[in-house]
Amino acid sequence: MRGLSFDIAHMLAGSLVLISFLQLYQDRLSALLNVFAIHAFMLTLSVAWQAYVQAAPHLYVTAAIALVFKAIVIPVALHRIIVRLGIHREIEKVVGVGTAMLIGMGLVALSMVVMLRVTAGADPLAREDLAFALSVVLLGLLMMVTRRNAVGQVVGFMSLENGLVLAATGAKGMPLVVEISVAFSILIAFIVIGIFLFRIRERFDTVDLQALDRFRGERR
Amino acid sequence: MSLDAVTAILLIPAFAAALMAALPGYRATARFNVLAALATFLVALSLLFVRPQPGPYLHVDDLNNVFIVLTTFVGFTTSVFSASYIDHELEIGRLTPTFLRFYHAMYQILMFAMNLALVANNIGVMWVAIELATLTTVLMVGIYRTHEALEAAWKYFILGSVGIALALFGTILIYMAARPSVGEGLDAMVWTTLIEHAAAFDPALLNVAFVFLLLGYGTKVGLAPLHAWLPDAHAEGPTPISAVLSGLLLNVALYALLRFKMLLAANPQALAPGPLMVTMGLISALFAAFMLYRRRDIKRMFAYSSIEHMGIITFAFGMGGPLANFAGLLHMTMHSLTKSAIFFAVGHIAQVKGTQRIADMGGLTETHPVLGWGLVLGVVAIAGLPPLGIFMSEFLVVTSTFTRAPWLAILLVLAILIGLAGLFLRLNTIAFGEPRGPTAEAKASYVPMFAHLALVFVAGIYMPPALVTWFQNVAKLLG
Repeated sequence: MRGLSFDIAHMLAGSLVLISFLQLYQDRLSALLNVFAIHAFMLTLSVAWQAYVQAAPHLYVTAAIALVFKAIVIPVALHRIIVRLGIHREIEKVVGVGTAMLIGMGLVALSMVVMLRVTAGADPLAREDLAFALSVVLLGLLMMVTRRNAVGQVVGFMSLENGLVLAATGAKGMPLVVEISVAFSILIAFIVIGIFLFRIRERFDTVDLQALDRFRGERR
Repeated sequence: MSLDAVTAILLIPAFAAALMAALPGYRATARFNVLAALATFLVALSLLFVRPQPGPYLHVDDLNNVFIVLTTFVGFTTSVFSASYIDHELEIGRLTPTFLRFYHAMYQILMFAMNLALVANNIGVMWVAIELATLTTVLMVGIYRTHEALEAAWKYFILGSVGIALALFGTILIYMAARPSVGEGLDAMVWTTLIEHAAAFDPALLNVAFVFLLLGYGTKVGLAPLHAWLPDAHAEGPTPISAVLSGLLLNVALYALLRFKMLLAANPQALAPGPLMVTMGLISALFAAFMLYRRRDIKRMFAYSSIEHMGIITFAFGMGGPLANFAGLLHMTMHSLTKSAIFFAVGHIAQVKGTQRIADMGGLTETHPVLGWGLVLGVVAIAGLPPLGIFMSEFLVVTSTFTRAPWLAILLVLAILIGLAGLFLRLNTIAFGEPRGPTAEAKASYVPMFAHLALVFVAGIYMPPALVTWFQNVAKLLG
């Protein structure tokens, strides 16, 4: 397990975290979608490498789903949606780049400390993978919190799910049931979100969630 | 897989959903919905007598049997209520027949997902089922497509997904913890195997996993501070869905949490999950009790009351021990029955008055005596006044706590009393005094509401010994 194969897995998982950081400071939606596509592509490589190292052919299916679905279909579809809605050129900012990056670094440090400490008994590859996966999950959460735009939140959620897939493939021998279900739920989630976006658009002529904030949840 | 009762409670709703999506004619589908729910309930009852062997995916034991019977029963009564509720919605044009087809199919898919989550013997399958239940309810909450409904659904979707994602991470960690002692593959995700080997798991990994699971499934239980989706989702969706959300879906998430708690309890080195659950439960109960005061929307008010009661139930299970577990189980059952009965009443009241604003309703006991007194009875029950069932269970929770942690018991009593006063303050406006708002006749079916209230009333006075033994066994199982 040690040696080259470990280093490659390490590098791939690490670059996933790096791309998560790239996503954090994209202020244009179309750029954000492109970075997400790279994120998903890197996930594909990482999962495929795990499939090769663990000699687990079923993981290739997961990799294929990540490639076709998350790296190609979803970004293309979302690109078309934002162009149709005319928000592809908009710039949005909620939290400053510096603050977001600092919080992100803190989250990565946190997940390293927590995961490396508790998984002392597990094999080194799984440990590193879990630590990186938790970082990606937390960075995805951070992105969902810092974005006001519905499309931005969706991308944040999907990169969070990428982190989960990374964790699931890192856990050696985890049954296929779960991976397919994750992919499947992303599909469903995407359909749901798609419907929502169109409904929001149809009703309010905007996908900026700030426009929805008028409703504070209580009738007066 | 042979056809036994466990597969039947999954197959009936699944087939019913497919059929109802295809069938035109909403009156027939509404009736069919009731029929399917009844069939599921009857099959679930048979599980009390004949129990199939646990398989790698599905199993039934004393613990989930309580949940299954309760879920299918409330699912059935809610479908009866839903039929009359939906009739009115069609008349005033809030829903179109096309949407109804979708609604009924979704209702059965939700029943399927909840049953699957309860009978799953596999932590992965359980997670998938809870995710499916979340997605269906998101669609149902947004079904009116008003501004408020869309925002409520969006909020629910985002918070629910984050919760469910954290729960999946916890699930993966549990698998990681189990792998060294159970071996790779399917076995390391099967409940019955996990419990047997739990003592050998790495305690540190289990601890971290439980924190993720508590945050993840806790979001779905509606524990403060992760509850933000709950009042909106309850207020803006169709009322039958509010009843199912409060009465059932919160329980299903709690059931998942309880299973993982058992896993931790079986490992002597792992941290005790009790204090975490006690803290979150107490915070939720106190917070929700205070929040009851400034509610202007009737459905939001009862949603906060659900948070309060889920807090009390989590608190009871967190305390642990045979008596507190018994009390928690009883309280959960009573709360499901009472809260869904209240939502049945509230649904018809809101339809008659054409609004959910508390300020626009008044003097219900004069204008609509049956509905009004039904609501009064429900609120008396939910507030925990004797001699109804919730008084019994709350009394048990408090007394079992007093002997072990008097200070916690005082805080809990405080939450219950504050909640009681808040509820009665609003009830006074709604049920008594000068009649306000439209006074048209309500075309309601009162049977489900009074059936639930009668059960709660009987349980407060007399519990059949068989039921007591059953609950005691489950309480022992929970540790």
